Amino acid sequence: MIIATNVTKKFGRLVALNNVSATCNKGECIALIGPNGSGKTTLVKSILGMVVPDSGFITFNSKNILHDWLYREHIGYMPQIGRYPENMTIGQVLNMMKDIRSKCSNYSLDEDLVNAFKLPDLLKKRMRTLSGGTTQKVSASLAFLFNPDVLILDEPTAGLDPVASEILKEKIIAEKQKGKLVLITSHILSELDDLVTQVIYMQDGNLVFHKSIELLREDTGEEKLSKAIASVMQKNR
Amino acid sequence: MQKIIKYVITDILRNKIVIAYTLLLLIISFSVFNLEDNTSKGLLSLMNIVLIVVPLICIIFSTIYVYNSSEFIELLVSQPLQRKHIWISLFAGMAIALTLSFFIGVGIAVFIYSFTPTGIILVGVGLILTLIFVAIALLAAVYTRDKAKGIGIAVLLWLYFSLIFDGLVLFILFQFADYPLEKPMLLLSGLNPIDMGRILILLKMDVSALMGYTGAVFQSFFGTTYGFIITILVMLLWMIIPVSLSLRKFKRKDL
Repeated sequence: MIIATNVTKKFGRLVALNNVSATCNKGECIALIGPNGSGKTTLVKSILGMVVPDSGFITFNSKNILHDWLYREHIGYMPQIGRYPENMTIGQVLNMMKDIRSKCSNYSLDEDLVNAFKLPDLLKKRMRTLSGGTTQKVSASLAFLFNPDVLILDEPTAGLDPVASEILKEKIIAEKQKGKLVLITSHILSELDDLVTQVIYMQDGNLVFHKSIELLREDTGEEKLSKAIASVMQKNR
Repeated sequence: MQKIIKYVITDILRNKIVIAYTLLLLIISFSVFNLEDNTSKGLLSLMNIVLIVVPLICIIFSTIYVYNSSEFIELLVSQPLQRKHIWISLFAGMAIALTLSFFIGVGIAVFIYSFTPTGIILVGVGLILTLIFVAIALLAAVYTRDKAKGIGIAVLLWLYFSLIFDGLVLFILFQFADYPLEKPMLLLSGLNPIDMGRILILLKMDVSALMGYTGAVFQSFFGTTYGFIITILVMLLWMIIPVSLSLRKFKRKDL
């Protein structure tokens, strides 16, 4: 579904992505793992078109995304740090997004998360008064709101309380079972164990490997993802 | 696109600065006309205020607004929307809000007290200057990531257009006083939209006789319909070029 080919991105002298190629297919749940500053978020943002690669290209459903924008109606994105217009209330943000997406071809609402996070009680609260966790809840609800085929979640559970992160995890599993593509970046590896089917490991802007989780377990001889990745990180050092 | 413009305008109206700006213009224009019993004198004072205040407020407000809506822009860019539409809507939203408040603030007073060709041109020049300085603000804001730097550049640009440029022109005039400079002056004035606006208004006031031979050359160019149309076109270019340059930059900007 999403194919990145030789994507390179530099920020000044820093090479954020170095010739990264990856293929993501329907029904997969892919974990993007790597140390801080390894280029995970840059990769995610280039898939969304928020960062324009210096060279290489990315296709979505075999169409180049460079001059396309409609493909984004198939993506639900939850940013690492959700930034929203400060003067707007939660209700206004939700309505604005619905309004903007209302013309999309596959418009259907999925308000499970909005209700599970009890956002309807907070609709009148302004975005600037929200705590980090509540902002994350809004981000998560927005990502799932339009029933997208692809979910891109950047550190989804960072800042969420245990109850909320459990709700979110269950929702991710439910969507995965519907055959959607889910891309997750996270540092809390223990959470990913029962979610992911594939692992992409990145370091210093390079894609080190892209394997299925079974293969990774076999190669490292570790059952737990956290231990497997730890052994990989030690080897690469 | 209309949807984004709608959200931009409601957001601008929600912060009260534009309303304060409208009131300020209203107070200035009504008091100017009430202080002078001669309306054309009032128009002249109003012109001087408009040519200073409108560019200043427009460029600073718009620059700050673009920086403050970075969250809004970031949110929209990850949605199925064209970047071009987001940027143009931002420009259109600010331009509509500011031209509307100028029209209410100055237009009403001018149409009540001095509904003459000069008055209409004053209002027209103010409207075009509003558009031009919103466009320049977009350009200043898109090229600098740092908010303080961007606002600093905006202030410097305003200073350049309203003070420094005139100083440079005077300097050139004195240095080359022995040469015929009337034609080059025409071209030079095209480099500053505020100057073009001032000349357009002054010529309609028939005070060009006070400007000597240069005034006569100006009159023979700007005074004709042909010259008038050229001036308006050049002023529109002053709006279109910054907008399209900033758009080109914004399309490839990393957010």
